[in-house]
Amino acid sequence: MKLTLKIWRQKNANDKGGIKTYSLDNVSEHMSFLEMMDVLNEQIIAEGKEEPIAFDHDCREGICGMCSMHINGQPHGPDRAITTCQLHMRSFNDGDTIYIEPWRAKGFPVIKDLVVDRSAFDRIQHAGGFVSVGTSGNTQDANAIPIPKADADKAFDAATCIGCGACVAACKNASAMLFVSAKVSQFALLPQGKVEAKRRVLNMVEQMDKEGFGNCTNTGACSVECPKEISLENIARMNREYLKASVTGE
Amino acid sequence: MALTGLFLCLFLVGHLLGNLQLLIPGDDGQRAFNEYAYFMTHNPFIKILSYLTYFSILFHAVDGLVLTIQNKKARPIKYAYNKPERNSKLPSRYMAILGSAILIFIIMHMANFWAVMHFQEDIPLEKMTYVFESPSGESVDFDYYTTHNNGVTINNFRNHVPVSAVEKDSLTGKSDVVIKNQTEFYVDGQKKKIAEGYKDLHSITLAFFGHDKEDKAGLPANEYAIVAVLLYVLAMVVLAFHLWHGFASAFQTLGFKNEKYTKLLDGFGKVFSVLVPLGFAIIPIILFLTK
Amino acid sequence: MSVLDAKIPEGPIKDKWTNHKNKINLVNPANKRLIDVIVVGTGLAGGSASASLAEMGYNVKAFCFQDSPRRAHSIAAQGGINAAKNYQNDGDSIYRLFYDTVKGGDYRSREANVYRLAEVSANIIDQCVAQGVPFAREYGGLLDNRSFGGVLVSRTFYAKGQTGQQLLLGAYSAMNRQIGKGKIKMYNRHEMLELVKVDGKARGIIARNLVTGELERHSAHAVVIASGGYGNVFFLSTNAMGSNVTAAWRVHKKGAYFANPCYTQIHPTCIPRSGDYQSKLTLMSESLRNDGRIWVPKNMEDVEAIRKGTKKPTDLSEDERDYYLERRYPAFGNLVPRDVASRAAKERCDAGFGVNDTGEAVYLDFASAIMRYGKEKATVEGEYNASEDRIRELGEGVIEAKYGNLFQMYQKITDDNPYKTPMKIYPAVHYTMGGVWVDYNLMTTIPGCYAAGEANFSDHGANRLGASALMQGLADGYFVLPYTIGDYLSDDIRTGPISTETSEFEEAENDVKQRLESFINNKGSKSVDHFHRRLGKVMWDKVGMSRNETGLKEAIAEIKQIREEFYKDVFVPGGMDELNPELEKACRVADFIELGELFANDALHRTESCGGHFREESAEEDGPQKGEAKRDDKNFAYVAAWEWTGDPGAAKLHKEELTFNDIELKQRSYK
Repeated sequence: MKLTLKIWRQKNANDKGGIKTYSLDNVSEHMSFLEMMDVLNEQIIAEGKEEPIAFDHDCREGICGMCSMHINGQPHGPDRAITTCQLHMRSFNDGDTIYIEPWRAKGFPVIKDLVVDRSAFDRIQHAGGFVSVGTSGNTQDANAIPIPKADADKAFDAATCIGCGACVAACKNASAMLFVSAKVSQFALLPQGKVEAKRRVLNMVEQMDKEGFGNCTNTGACSVECPKEISLENIARMNREYLKASVTGE
Repeated sequence: MALTGLFLCLFLVGHLLGNLQLLIPGDDGQRAFNEYAYFMTHNPFIKILSYLTYFSILFHAVDGLVLTIQNKKARPIKYAYNKPERNSKLPSRYMAILGSAILIFIIMHMANFWAVMHFQEDIPLEKMTYVFESPSGESVDFDYYTTHNNGVTINNFRNHVPVSAVEKDSLTGKSDVVIKNQTEFYVDGQKKKIAEGYKDLHSITLAFFGHDKEDKAGLPANEYAIVAVLLYVLAMVVLAFHLWHGFASAFQTLGFKNEKYTKLLDGFGKVFSVLVPLGFAIIPIILFLTK
Repeated sequence: MSVLDAKIPEGPIKDKWTNHKNKINLVNPANKRLIDVIVVGTGLAGGSASASLAEMGYNVKAFCFQDSPRRAHSIAAQGGINAAKNYQNDGDSIYRLFYDTVKGGDYRSREANVYRLAEVSANIIDQCVAQGVPFAREYGGLLDNRSFGGVLVSRTFYAKGQTGQQLLLGAYSAMNRQIGKGKIKMYNRHEMLELVKVDGKARGIIARNLVTGELERHSAHAVVIASGGYGNVFFLSTNAMGSNVTAAWRVHKKGAYFANPCYTQIHPTCIPRSGDYQSKLTLMSESLRNDGRIWVPKNMEDVEAIRKGTKKPTDLSEDERDYYLERRYPAFGNLVPRDVASRAAKERCDAGFGVNDTGEAVYLDFASAIMRYGKEKATVEGEYNASEDRIRELGEGVIEAKYGNLFQMYQKITDDNPYKTPMKIYPAVHYTMGGVWVDYNLMTTIPGCYAAGEANFSDHGANRLGASALMQGLADGYFVLPYTIGDYLSDDIRTGPISTETSEFEEAENDVKQRLESFINNKGSKSVDHFHRRLGKVMWDKVGMSRNETGLKEAIAEIKQIREEFYKDVFVPGGMDELNPELEKACRVADFIELGELFANDALHRTESCGGHFREESAEEDGPQKGEAKRDDKNFAYVAAWEWTGDPGAAKLHKEELTFNDIELKQRSYK
């Protein structure tokens, strides 16, 4: 098929940037979206007039969380529960025009073209996304504390977050609540994480606010666009934990 | 936002229950509604609630404004192409606009009713007509103000001040009784308050929505009643959308949602967000239609 | 041979690690603050090592080329992690895990290392649970286990199909704690491009800030390479796009020997290539072979009809299908080890029976499992007269519960519904058992330079068992390296900070700068990927699943040719002082090309077949094992460690003889 691609080009963080139009022919419907981008880049390199388009990608199987494109008005494109690298061209039609933009958020400044800086997510994790346990291995036996299967499963579901930032990209307020709540929830549900629960939620939320992400107005867009379908219940749980921690103190 | 929002939801329920009394026909309705209005302005507990309500509205609006500004700042560059309708419901994305519209409505609403009631010096007071049979067997109409006067008897009418007593004598330009401070009856020239009347909010409201009751409260029907009704109904539609998202959202923010209650809360929120504004909206419609 | 001292501790195998830990030198806590350690790579090995070293008190500088340590490719591991916990009470023990791993590795791994791995495996699970890793649990609240290929016990711990992700996030959280405390300085989007040696010791690296393009000098008292495997030398593999050999190759070129480069694991169940644009291959978990039957059509006419689209696989009757694994290996059937299953698929496809357009696909069919489960389910539900459709419906439900996420992934990629039509699969490069040679302490032949995880060669021999890679990565990082590195660093407590303003750093930086400039200034005509693809094709065709002398010699000549053309004709757009993915790729591919040649040479010299390395000349000629791999313990029971001499084709071979005192060498039979 033949496509018209309208892609955000920006030389570096200080450049103003703008949308550029490319046309690409002979796109196979079996290609993944990123393979289509590879082919476009090969074309750009062959023409030799400008630099190929920079975009983040790595595992290309939907788990590393590196790929991050806002495709036709949606993070990770029109399909549900997948990342950009799992999106295939059969989701588009011959003659389509496709807009490709970087994640847009104050917390995710553009580095180049479609590449954004998501280190804010790392900093939020540094603030409390861990259990303070030594790595000596001298911990108690793994089966010493039984954990109800339902809690373990819910903690797992929260922990499947891949940190791609689609939640922020989709949210009209560029809020990072779903991301933060996934980590807070994972630990809040497990006995190992409960010990530090109060400090964790207060610190992580504080850091989240410092990074310039917006507020949660519960539109639910984050969860809909999340490639791992992280539930809004996690945000409720984090709010609960936060209130509890704020009211009772450490 | 969540706490004030939920408090305002409670306020809506109270307000609606009060308003529904407007639909009680005849003098009973007038009595009940004005009595209710009096209660709402004089009970100390209600006073506290009302201040809490003013505060909630203000806080809800100001906090909403602050959050909206913060949220706009969180995305300095907008998407060139965005399809939010694919991932979220319309009301949830327009809460600030819906809220602003509601705020404008509240201001107008308060100007129309609240301000009149609190500040208009010549506010109409509730009047009733008493029909009795004279010893000669004729029936005589007797107009009087409904008052409560703590047991003081005037002209043999307990709790009633004759309308004629307030009317000015055409020759002297004086009357037996004068009204001060909106509702207080004084014998002209004396300092002693003899009774207190009821503001006739019922008639004001009915007149506002098209009822012509010149004979009683002396209020002409609002010429633009149809506009008032339409705007009121429109405001209630806006309120419904605001609540459609807001009600359940407040519970989410307060952390009350979990897999057990989410469905229940969401369902209740939707019923609430339709029923309450609907309840408000049918009142002016009915009033307008029965004028 | 004297150069290679594995430093295996004395004593019986079960006491070696304990004795060793008791004897090695330690660094006292106050002195640890004076010592810097660089860790390159933040996967399971690098992440856990960084966290542990920082926690012990060392100043750690960790580097990853991704935008966050959490993106390392360990995250993609699906199945699980082995540990000799014996929670299932099925007779598991440290010895059994050790035995299975050595046997699974076709007796080409170092006994002492493997035993230690089995010994610390149980600690890993305790550690991860304490960190809040949400492993799968039973209703009673205790940890659940499953079984994996090549073993007779249930010792695999898992978190649905995302075990690697959960373990990596555990290590990442341990890192975050230390980053928050300032004990780890994290360098994201940084790529190590050179090792710096001072007085023969590893003392730092040159790294490129991938955002600004700036070359940075970083010094330390020791350097740990935990940069993963080099499967991307094949261009197409299940590795991430960025997975590369550069860090390992750079230390190799500075004097670290590279061991067994030809040992590659080719995973039998991956989604086949669909066209030339293909950028990577996707794995379908090994667990699918529990219920799927692998087949190709018996008759060539059917193959052609299927390719043309005039026939569908479901049209073929049982008689028209060749369940070749069941035919060849009646005892293990579809559950033969990975290397055997992969070679059998290649054999059928080479014979022309591949079922897709490229001729490189076989069927993995769940129809009979669906019907079998459906019948069971119908009986359980009391539906004794269920129609065939009803039975199929019930069976599909059972399969969905077991493999739902994999089936969905398959459908997303191929647009085929695997419940209704058989999956198409083909083997793909998955893991490299070879890597930088290390001694028992995980130190390479460069003093102060360590290698951990997939980047080293030590534990898996010639073939890795499922669920063992995660175990090794975390064992190295959490429990081995943090201790053994102290033995070396105890000499450095008085060294003080290492200056980067020395001629060694200057020289290393200039080398890198020249390398980068030469790419940017090379006004060639072909993209980096063009050469990478060509290299991959040669590697896959001639150095892939089965190898022979002629093919390997051709491959070596072709790789040399590619290398020459690459330097002459590669075109790298953009500049040095900016984010430039093409430049990053160019550096990596340059190293892949050199590695490819060493890889082929290693394969050429090893004339036996073992594990993932199948040499066509070395097959059983008769008897029941006819056609199967033939190992040559007499001549090849050694680790081939190659020393860089300036030309990848002329690397010098050093042998570390492997002695097996605790295990008897046997032939692996799956007939």
